[in-house]
Amino acid sequence: MKTDIVLAGVGGQGILSIASILGEAALRDNLYLKQAETHGMSQRGGAVVSHVRISDDAVASDLIPVGTADIILSVEPMEALRYLPFLKEDGYIVTNTTPFKNIPNYPNEEEILAELKKQPRCIAIDADAIASEIGNRRASNMVMLGAATPFIQITPEKIEAGIQRVFSKKGEDVVNLNLEAFRAGRNFALANK
Amino acid sequence: MQKNLFLGVEAIGQGAIDGGISGVYAYPGTPSTEITEFIQESELAAELGIRSKWSSNEKTAYEAALGMSYAGKRTMVCMKHVGLNVAADAFVNSAITGINGGMILTVADDPSMHSSQNEQDSRFYAKFAMIPVLEPSNQQEAYDMVREGFALSEELGVPVMVRITTRLAHSRAGVERSEVLSSNELQLPSDPSQFVLLPAIARRRYKGLLEKQKDFEKAAKKSKYNSITKSSDRSFGIIACGIAYNYLQENYPIDDCPYTVMKLTQYPIPEKMLSKMEKHCEEVLVLEEGAPVVEEAVKAAFKKDIKVSGRLSGALPRDGELNADLVAKALGKEVLKGAEIPDIIVNRPPALCQGCGHQDMYKALNEALDTFSKGRVFSDIGCYTLGALPPYKSIYSCVDMGASITMAKGASDAGLIPAIAVIGDSTFTHSGITGLLDAVNDGSNIVVVISDNESVSMTGGQDSSALGKVESICQGVGVDPAHIRVLVPLKKYHEQMVETFNEELAFDGVSVIVFRRECIQAAAKRMRKAKKIKDNPKKQYS
Repeated sequence: MKTDIVLAGVGGQGILSIASILGEAALRDNLYLKQAETHGMSQRGGAVVSHVRISDDAVASDLIPVGTADIILSVEPMEALRYLPFLKEDGYIVTNTTPFKNIPNYPNEEEILAELKKQPRCIAIDADAIASEIGNRRASNMVMLGAATPFIQITPEKIEAGIQRVFSKKGEDVVNLNLEAFRAGRNFALANK
Repeated sequence: MQKNLFLGVEAIGQGAIDGGISGVYAYPGTPSTEITEFIQESELAAELGIRSKWSSNEKTAYEAALGMSYAGKRTMVCMKHVGLNVAADAFVNSAITGINGGMILTVADDPSMHSSQNEQDSRFYAKFAMIPVLEPSNQQEAYDMVREGFALSEELGVPVMVRITTRLAHSRAGVERSEVLSSNELQLPSDPSQFVLLPAIARRRYKGLLEKQKDFEKAAKKSKYNSITKSSDRSFGIIACGIAYNYLQENYPIDDCPYTVMKLTQYPIPEKMLSKMEKHCEEVLVLEEGAPVVEEAVKAAFKKDIKVSGRLSGALPRDGELNADLVAKALGKEVLKGAEIPDIIVNRPPALCQGCGHQDMYKALNEALDTFSKGRVFSDIGCYTLGALPPYKSIYSCVDMGASITMAKGASDAGLIPAIAVIGDSTFTHSGITGLLDAVNDGSNIVVVISDNESVSMTGGQDSSALGKVESICQGVGVDPAHIRVLVPLKKYHEQMVETFNEELAFDGVSVIVFRRECIQAAAKRMRKAKKIKDNPKKQYS
């Protein structure tokens, strides 16, 4: 068993918290893991990417080879497309549709969505809308993490335990909000797979 | 045993704590920063009384570490690759003084220049100073090598370099810890002349360092981190260094590799291992992250006419970071192409945060300079370097820490008047003060902007050595207090900022304009922490 995930977003959107929840869950499941992150200059509003590799065998390279990723999980639609070369032929794209526009030349939104539609296996979710409905737009990453779970071979229960650990310091309300967001994302993906 | 999910840098921090250090010294620099932050935040390190505050620059950090080693204690000093240029004087001579307590220098190189001005390979420095290097191939080795490295340093009598690169620094994996070693007792060197590099003593000690080279090589040869896995196929052999060993494993699990593989993660390169490779292989490929350090050495060492390939030969790119795909190509394996990136995708360059004080400073600077020709602003290393990009396009240089003030001075000496320097608070105390002193002593006609956000922001908001000291330092260096101006970079003060610029641009001499407003990221972090303490007053926060 091996799952290679390209996690994509913009500096400050919180992809590193998704990565750390997955990482903790994998480690507690006695799986091998490597997870390469972007730190430094790009975190200032630049494109950031994290390669997450989970396996029941030792993982060698910290980076995923081109054309072999099982999933691109993106919290921003244009960023999902940026890493297409990494995706394997029958890999899945799971992406948020809410754009993060911090550049003057951000492409036409319709064209971005049209490009995503062209992809054979793409789950596009308005994670911000789902998170807002639940009560806080900032939980949109947990919606996205939930949406990726049908394609990750760690049980959702174990990832939920990871969410509980990561958010426990912030109180029960925050934990429940994030769990609800996570489940909403998972249900959306299962219904639209 | 329960594994810890550690970044490579965190594994190094933990390795140093568990290896018995009494102190860590460092100046922040990507990708090395989190080593020291990890130790600063470690409860165990606090319990053990390990000192860990930031130093003003890499040179002061290195010298303080050497002082701790002199006193018999184990110590680590950390920096990014270009930081070692700053510390080079102390570094090279410390190989000659040798150490007393075990000392590790951890250097984080940045191939592909993710957050740097160059991609120099620190292994050159180690060869130059003639000290051993440990180059971990993964996070577990990073932990083990650092934990055991202090004993190696004590055994060999010199500082040991641990060289990592960005990818290992910023990638997580499960790491198993070993028992915590106890720290050393205070004990001065047995030879009181050991650290006195007067020519007569230095000559003697240098001869000693030269003689020790064979011991260093022996240590590398018997090291558990170096190995040769022989194959019956003699047509091809591979030397894989540091993290490149992982990229090789990605292509061939080592038990399953059809070729002879030499894993090289401790230097100097053992000559005996190279001659084994020479005897056994008809062709050798060198996989290494950074410059062709090993490839050149292998070519020089081989007596037979054997084809050696790598970054020099073009089998691998001469610049940039390695990855499993590049290694696959060099091995002649087929590489998948992957889908194309759609044409509509545009780059998303890093930018100053919304609400950042540097933005207001640059807006005022641009307006004040509007009547002059372009090309007069020299800048430095920090978030404000992003002022080179649109929409500001304000600055024309970014070379090394502190170079803004000295380059502005040189340009002004040449007749470019006005000439302006833009430098941050922490960069100013790192390497700007001496340049300012030169300008004062020479009566140079420059305007120095110190854009003071009261933290080291680009690396994540570490404490700035300059905090609360900028004006008094400038006065102490000899800048006329009438030409030390302090402003708050906010939109509502825009006119006042432009006016101040105009006044100081008109003054023939050294002016300093301090723009002071807390980094908005640091402010947000401070408020989050204050809230945490308010919500839970009993818990201790570092």
